[in-house]
Amino acid sequence: MIPIAHVIALSAVLFAIGALGVLVRRNLVVMLMSIELMLNAANLAFIGFARHHGDETGHVFVLMVIVVAAAEVAVGLGILIALFRNRASVDVEDASLLKW
Amino acid sequence: MSLWLFYAFGAVAVIGALGMVLNVRNAVASALCLVATMVALGGVHVLLEAYFVGALQVLVYAGAIVVLFVFVVMLLNLRRDGFPPARARLGRVTAAAVVGAALAGLVGLALTLPETAVPGATAALPEGFGGYRRVGAALFTDYLLAFEATSLLLLSAMVGAVVLAKRRGGDA
Repeated sequence: MIPIAHVIALSAVLFAIGALGVLVRRNLVVMLMSIELMLNAANLAFIGFARHHGDETGHVFVLMVIVVAAAEVAVGLGILIALFRNRASVDVEDASLLKW
Repeated sequence: MSLWLFYAFGAVAVIGALGMVLNVRNAVASALCLVATMVALGGVHVLLEAYFVGALQVLVYAGAIVVLFVFVVMLLNLRRDGFPPARARLGRVTAAAVVGAALAGLVGLALTLPETAVPGATAALPEGFGGYRRVGAALFTDYLLAFEATSLLLLSAMVGAVVLAKRRGGDA
């Protein structure tokens, strides 16, 4: 049996890499991918604890997270295309109209 | 055996994730690194006896979502981009250092805790654990309301994406 601590450690590493991607990259596409990575890290923690407790509720929550991720990608890429049409760029530094 | 497979899949997932974040040459390579990460995570899910979710992981993430990313990257024909210029670099280095420190703390905590620190461990799983029968039964009985709510969410996201990405009449 895989120790729960190792699953959580892998989940933490993936979440941190995703957070790093959102913080240091400027390309909006890669930032969206990093958000997907963070959602996946959360999924991994759900699956690990579901295995640990022998309870499938975690699997159901993972399905919900997948649906939310799909919706988020659809809307995020729609915003991305609208932004590219107006600014001819997907750099977040170019979308600073509302920035204080 | 399954422990070593877990380490192998985990290593592939972490390398793919790093490749996605650190690759500044082109976004398509980032998306392909993300595919490697997603497929490896699907393998980890199977090792953790979440068979149905593992299959969905590969189908939905590695299949649909990353294809959407690649499609948009190729549609927009993106130029290469780099890390921020030196002016904005200090804040991002600080952010990266904070994330790294938090990560080191979390991983250290997770690996030094004794195995009994998480109560409720079950060695014997019920028959058919993680299969579509049991997950589907839970989804359509206890969590039916949440399931219906996700259908509303998907519908509104679909309408929103179409409206956002639609070319306005006249002003291109």
